[in-house]
Amino acid sequence: MSMVEVAQVAKKYDGSFEALKGVDLNIEQGEILALLGPNGAGKTTLISIICGLVTPTGGHIRVGGHDVITDYRETRRLVGLVPQEINLEPFEKVLNTVRFSRGLFGLKRDDAKIEDVLRRLSLWDKRDTPIRALSGGMKRRVLIAKALAHEPKVLFLDEPTAGVDVELRRDMWEIVADLKARGTTIILTTHYIEEAEAIADRIGVINRGRILLVEDKQSLMTRLGRKELRISLDAPLDALPPSLEGRGLELQDGGQMLVHSYDSTAERSGIARLMADLATEGIAVRDVATRQSSLEEIFVNMVHSEEEAA
Amino acid sequence: MNLRGIWAIYHYEMSRFFRTLMQSFLSPVISTSLYFVVFGAAIGSRIDEVEGVSYGAFIVPGLVMLSVITQAIANASFGIYFPKFIGTIYELLSAPVNFLEIVIGYVGAAATKALFIGVVILGTATLFVDLHVEHPVAMVAFLVLTCVSFALLGFIIGIWAGNFEQLQLVPLLVVTPLIFLGGSFYSISMLPPVWQTITLFNPVVYLISGFRWAFFGMADVPVGLSLLAIAGFTALCLAVIWWIFRTGWRLRS
Repeated sequence: MSMVEVAQVAKKYDGSFEALKGVDLNIEQGEILALLGPNGAGKTTLISIICGLVTPTGGHIRVGGHDVITDYRETRRLVGLVPQEINLEPFEKVLNTVRFSRGLFGLKRDDAKIEDVLRRLSLWDKRDTPIRALSGGMKRRVLIAKALAHEPKVLFLDEPTAGVDVELRRDMWEIVADLKARGTTIILTTHYIEEAEAIADRIGVINRGRILLVEDKQSLMTRLGRKELRISLDAPLDALPPSLEGRGLELQDGGQMLVHSYDSTAERSGIARLMADLATEGIAVRDVATRQSSLEEIFVNMVHSEEEAA
Repeated sequence: MNLRGIWAIYHYEMSRFFRTLMQSFLSPVISTSLYFVVFGAAIGSRIDEVEGVSYGAFIVPGLVMLSVITQAIANASFGIYFPKFIGTIYELLSAPVNFLEIVIGYVGAAATKALFIGVVILGTATLFVDLHVEHPVAMVAFLVLTCVSFALLGFIIGIWAGNFEQLQLVPLLVVTPLIFLGGSFYSISMLPPVWQTITLFNPVVYLISGFRWAFFGMADVPVGLSLLAIAGFTALCLAVIWWIFRTGWRLRS
């Protein structure tokens, strides 16, 4: 059974704007799913519906087998939400606001549990600091601590690293990895491809209120990831010599660059033979580079072709 | 029922109150003293008694009501508006609490604060005038009911308000005039007949009248009617809040 089952979920706002158009999505227990999409794709709306902040206009959602509307008490106890904006009461102390979150979710006060959460997030030393005195990165950690205070099974992170510097982003990834190791199911939205690539098990691409694909990250990379060998030539070529034709080679930059596309997972890449043939033809090579198409390109292509179709 | 959730909200709201306890305590003491100086000394020197009660004592129930109503509205409206304003409302809306639990937490805390201030004012008043309460149980009941019902109204205002100006709008433009014109500082019987009739449309009249009856055994309107009015008002506010959470008005999109 999936931890979260989203079936045909739709959201139409009053102004007839359709934020979600029948979304289906299953999230498995213990995985990290990255929802990737441009701004306004419907990522936050989807998360907000699962967490109870937005009312859907169609479809069903189950968390841990319970319906999020009729059994909201059960589902909300299972779910923790880290919002995109830093929504915190500035005058409150770290410890108090995290304690409040635990109580709000109906759990008995447990100082040891709260201490554990705060220590894991390196917040224990700041427990008596008013939130307004914390740095931006620390405030994000407080949001995570609040979301973890009731020991949720599923954690939603809405753009956890938006506007965060590189170092803090890596910190955040470590936190996420630690949570996964403890068995928490994690769904994060992002528009940084790099992030999805770095930490997700599966990647869902969402655009204009539709899920375009959900796939295992590795297979997605393999399936769509082409590798290129880019060879800078000493002297430009007008045309490919006949011996090199018919191998998918391409001349670029006015004949200065020879590009060889190949499947990096295939048994033979053909690189060795190509280099040998170049030497035979007397073509001097100045430099060689390889390049793998990133998720970013896959994503941009997918979003573009969808927009063209629309 | 998520009792721990209710307690978490109540406790959180009250801790804000305790952080500023001196302010919470001093401001009603000072304002009450000022009212006694101005109304009691200046006007009281011209009006000896109202229906057999010294003017100083006569205005005590009205004074208490004035502060209690204002405070209940201000605390409850701020209590729910502030999380909306800074965005922390997301946590409340994604927590396993229902509307009644949220209301009990917020309104309970706001009513407690208002009650505290009411008691402080009564205490301060005894420094200025001799007070005796004829119906203590009724007095407490009226006080508590007023705290609760106006905290409910404040809660509605807090959800409705889109900015801080709107938060002040209803208390300033509607509630304060109603309280001042509701017989806080005079008996309705002192008004010309036409105004007596018009005044009966002011709901606050029933509250102050009932409260004053608990002190002195005399009232502008029958005490049963007062109780009915406050009960009706409480029920109306509860119904509105129930509707707000059912539809998600100004809370959920």
